[in-house]
Amino acid sequence: MATVSKITGSSDFSVIEGSSAGFYALVAGLAAVIAAGLWATHAMESEGHHVTGMTNQIVWGIPHVFAIFLIVTASGALNVASLSSVMGQKMYAPFARLSALLAVALLLGGLTVITLDLGRPDRLVVALTHFNMKSVFAWNVFLYTGFLLLAALYLWTLMERRMNRITKPVATVLLLWRIVLTTGTGLIFGVLVAREAYDIAIMAPMFIAMSLSFGTAACLLLLMATGACTGRFLDDAVVHGLKRILAWFVTLVLYFVMVSHGVKLYAAGYQGVERFLLLEGGVITSMFWMGQIVAGSLGPLWLMLWPPTARSRPWIAAAAALVLLGGLAQIYVIVIGGLAFPLQIFPGKEVIESGFFDGVVSHYQPSLPELLLGLGGVAMSLLIVVLGMKVLEFLPNFRSGG
Amino acid sequence: MTPRLNFLGLLPALILLCGIAAAEEGSALLPPIPPPAKGEECVEPTDVMRRDHMRFLMHQRDDTMHQGIRGAKHSLVGCIDCHAQTDAQGVVIAVNAKGQFCESCHSFAGVRMDCFGCHSAVPAADPVSMALPERITSPALAAVRLASPGVD
Amino acid sequence: MADGSNALADKSRRRFLTRTGAAVALGLAAGVRFIDFPSARAESSAVSGTQRWGMLIDSSKCASGCSACVQACSDEHGISGHGRPQTDAQWIRKVTLRDNESGRETSLPLMCQHCENPPCVDVCPTGASFRRADGVVLVDKHICIGCRYCMLACPFKARSFVHENLSDQKPWSPRGKGTVESCNLCVHRIDEAKGRVPACAEACEREGHGAIQFGDLYDPASGVAKALAQQESQELRADLRLNTGVRYQNL
Repeated sequence: MATVSKITGSSDFSVIEGSSAGFYALVAGLAAVIAAGLWATHAMESEGHHVTGMTNQIVWGIPHVFAIFLIVTASGALNVASLSSVMGQKMYAPFARLSALLAVALLLGGLTVITLDLGRPDRLVVALTHFNMKSVFAWNVFLYTGFLLLAALYLWTLMERRMNRITKPVATVLLLWRIVLTTGTGLIFGVLVAREAYDIAIMAPMFIAMSLSFGTAACLLLLMATGACTGRFLDDAVVHGLKRILAWFVTLVLYFVMVSHGVKLYAAGYQGVERFLLLEGGVITSMFWMGQIVAGSLGPLWLMLWPPTARSRPWIAAAAALVLLGGLAQIYVIVIGGLAFPLQIFPGKEVIESGFFDGVVSHYQPSLPELLLGLGGVAMSLLIVVLGMKVLEFLPNFRSGG
Repeated sequence: MTPRLNFLGLLPALILLCGIAAAEEGSALLPPIPPPAKGEECVEPTDVMRRDHMRFLMHQRDDTMHQGIRGAKHSLVGCIDCHAQTDAQGVVIAVNAKGQFCESCHSFAGVRMDCFGCHSAVPAADPVSMALPERITSPALAAVRLASPGVD
Repeated sequence: MADGSNALADKSRRRFLTRTGAAVALGLAAGVRFIDFPSARAESSAVSGTQRWGMLIDSSKCASGCSACVQACSDEHGISGHGRPQTDAQWIRKVTLRDNESGRETSLPLMCQHCENPPCVDVCPTGASFRRADGVVLVDKHICIGCRYCMLACPFKARSFVHENLSDQKPWSPRGKGTVESCNLCVHRIDEAKGRVPACAEACEREGHGAIQFGDLYDPASGVAKALAQQESQELRADLRLNTGVRYQNL
C-alpha cells in the first residue's frame, strides 16, 4: 500500500497522506472499537459493576489487565528514543519521534481504561486534587502526568530544530523518569503485604524488565507496520538490532520471573500460593505456562535466535506479537492469580464454612463489557498514533523501494 | 478598527435582563419557590442558604466523617427532616423527587446533586435510631425536631 | 487643558489605588478576614485519641449455626442482598474453622479489624480510607473514587464494593453505588451522646451468647479492657503488626 508522502518543512520527516481507503478503514475500525468500549463504560457506570465479572473477591479484572499492560508497555516504548538520544545510537534516531508518540498514546490508552473502570469515574477531579501521599496510586498520578509532559517536551526538542541541542538532557531525564514510573507501577502490587502472590519487592525491577520487553516489541511492530503501510523500507540493521535487544529483554523478564517464583518456592509460607499459580490454578496455570512462558518468552526467543526464523521479517514480527500477547497473559496471572488465591487469615486452620468466600479459590468469569473496555483502550492508543502521524511529522523518510 | 462597543451585540443580553426584571413569580425565568418546610425558620437566612448551602454541607460532611460531630446546625439529615414533604396520604416524599425541595432549584440551575446516590432523601422513620443527640445547639432545630412526628 | 486635567486625574487615581492596595495588604497580613467562610462546628467536642474503640470476640461463646450478628448488621445498615452472593456487600460474616492438627472446630464473626496501622489507609489514593482519631477505620464515601485498591490491600477481605444502584438507604448509614464500604463499628450509634453499642454486639447479647464485647480499649474500667487484661487474646494476622482493634479469644 504505497502512498506518496507529502514533504513539508523538514526533509527528514513527513506526515502521512492519510487519504487512502485503507487509512479510512483503519480509522473507522479503531473508532468502532472505541465506541464499543464507551458503550461498555456506560453499561458499567449506569448499572453498576454487577454487570461485569468483577466481584468482592476478584476485585480487579480484564480492564486492569489491559490498563497495566498498556502503561507498562508505554514506558518501554521509549526504548528506541532512549537508544538514540541517550545512548547515542544514531541508527535509531529517525524513529525517536514515533517511539515517543507510541509511548504517549499507550499511556493515554491505559489511563483512560483504568479511569473509566473506577466506581466513580465522575470523581476524577477528586483523584486529581486529593492526595494521600503514602499511596502508590497517588505517586503514580504525578508520575504518569509528569511522563506525559516530559514526553511532549522531548518531542518538541526533536521537532523544533533550535531545541535539538537539549534533546539529550531531556531524554536522559525521561529515561530516569521511566524507571521511577515503572517502579511505581510494580510497587502497586509489591507493597501489598496481605496477598501472598504479591508482597515482594522484586516486582519493581521485574516490571521494569517487562516494560523494556513489551515496549521494544510494540515499537518494533509499529515500525514494521508503518513501513509496510507507507511503502518505506526499514533498514535490516534497525530490525535486527531491535530484535537482538528484544531477545535480551525477554531473557531478562524470564530471569526475574524465575527468581520471584524461585524465592517463594524456597521460602517458608509461600508454598500454597505457588502451588496454586504453577500447578492447580486452572486457567491461571495455563495462562502462566502456555501464555506467559511458552508463547510469551520461550517461543519468541526461539524465533528470534534460530537462524531460519531469525532472518525472516515476518517471523520477527510474529515473535514481537507473541511477546505482547505473552505480556497480557503475564499481567493476567499477576492480577487475577493474586486475587483468586484466598487470603490466609487463619494459619494452621482450615475454613470449613464462610459467609464471604473465605478459604476458597475464587473463579473469575470475564464479561463482555470488561473486554470491550480493555480493547477500547488499545484501539484508542492506536488511533492516537495513526492520527498523530497524519497531523504532525512523525514519519521518517527512510529510503523508499526495496 | 475603532474600539467602540457594538450595542447590537449587547441587545440579547438587554432583552434577557428586561425579561427577568419584568418576570412574575412562578415564571420560567426565575427559580421556583420550593414547598414550605416545617418549623419557624431555617437554620440560616434564605439568601445565605441559597448562596452557601453547598459550602455548609461540604464543610459539615468533613466534620461528621472525621470529627464525629452529628446533629450540628448544617447537618444534611437536619435539612431533610425539615424540608421533606408528606403527600395527602401522609406518606413522606423524597426531597429529590420532582418539584420537591432540592430538585426544584437544582433542575432549574442545571446542577447535578451527588448526595442522594448514597444519602437517604427521606427522614428517618425509626425514632429509636434517630434519638435526639444532646449535641444539637440550635434551639430552632431542636424545637422543630421535637415537634416532628415520630421523634421523641 | 484636557491633558493637564487627565494627568491630575491619573495621579489621584494612582494614589487611590496604591493606598487601597496597601490597606488590603496590611489587613490581610494582620489576619483580618474579608470573606468569612461559614464554620459549621457544633459546640460539642470532636472525637479524640484518648479513646480507642475496639471489640473482644470470645470464639468459645460464638454458636456455629447462629448468624444474628450478620442479620443485625444488615438490618441496621440497610444491606439487602440482590441474590448475587459474589457481589453483594458483606460487612460482617461468620466463619467456621477446623484446626488442621487437632480437628477442633471454632466459629467466629469476622469484620473490619480496625487496625492501628491499616493497609487500606496506606494505599487509598485520595485519602478516603482513613482512621478516625478514636480508632474507627472508615471510608469517606464523599471522596471515594471506587478504585478498590483498599480491597486488594486488606488482609481480612473486610471491604465490599457496591456493585449496583441502591435505594432506601438508612439515613444514619449512607451507602451508594461505586464506593467501597466496610464495618464502621456503627459510628452513628457510638457517636450518640448516650452511646449505644454496635448492632452486632447488641444482637449477640440479645441472643444470649454475648460473644461480642464492645468498648473503649484505653479505658481500664471498661469491660473489654478488663477482659483483655485478664485472659490471653490474639489478633488476626499478628505477623503483619497491624495492632487491630478487634481481638479474639479461644480461637
